Amino acid sequence: MFGEITIHHYLILSALLFCLGLIGIATRRNLLIMFMCLEVMMNAVNLSFVALARYFNAMDGQVVAIFVMAIAAVEAAIGLGIVIALFRNRRTVNTAELRAMWG
Amino acid sequence: MNNWAFYIIAFITVSATVAMMTRKNPVTSAVFLVASFMSLAGIYVLLGAHFVAALQILVYAGAIMVLFIFVIMLLNLKDDELVPDKINIVRVSTAMLGLGLFAFLGSRLAGIPATAVFLPPPADFGGVKEVARLMMTEYVVAFEMLGILLLVGLVGAVMLGRRE
Repeated sequence: MFGEITIHHYLILSALLFCLGLIGIATRRNLLIMFMCLEVMMNAVNLSFVALARYFNAMDGQVVAIFVMAIAAVEAAIGLGIVIALFRNRRTVNTAELRAMWG
Repeated sequence: MNNWAFYIIAFITVSATVAMMTRKNPVTSAVFLVASFMSLAGIYVLLGAHFVAALQILVYAGAIMVLFIFVIMLLNLKDDELVPDKINIVRVSTAMLGLGLFAFLGSRLAGIPATAVFLPPPADFGGVKEVARLMMTEYVVAFEMLGILLLVGLVGAVMLGRRE
């Protein structure tokens, strides 16, 4: 492990970030922090794309990473709009209290 | 030189992410996430993806996280509403399951047969010109659909923000 930095290092870092984001979503109850952990997961996938682009010396992975970034931006905007609309009605962002779909 | 740069930046990324996941205050979490995104941009630079690294700072740390902080400040959660999540057996076992998933993924990833070092990249690797050329030729359909997606997102966000 402590030799040259190979593709395995970057892929394992990507897997670690992905699993950390997954643990964050499954564990936390604050909707905003769950959203931030979702962004961490998308960044982990981006890192995978960029690392493999470097490995194969093809720029396609970087183009896809830029696409993923733009999609994540749109998703963050819509998701936060939903959070704000939800907060207007329920006055909470705690998913333990956002259980019933009434109203 | 490359070795310790990777380990230092990777350590900063992972520790900032763990810190982000464990804070009570979402503003503190957002700031740690900005630090994580900045260090991830450093990793992109190590991988020769300079344009993607610049976009990572501009878009993720500069736009998305600013939007997050706007929304967090807008919601204006009081201190008594920010209840810390208790560390019970369900949370611990979930974390163990997640780390088990990482152990499985890591072991499989460490075993793939790949060349020991990165081959030297072609000239102008990671620059704007090549990204633009690819986006306008091979990925032009996805590029245009991304524009439509941005339009749909804009309309949707405006509709969600309306006061009835």
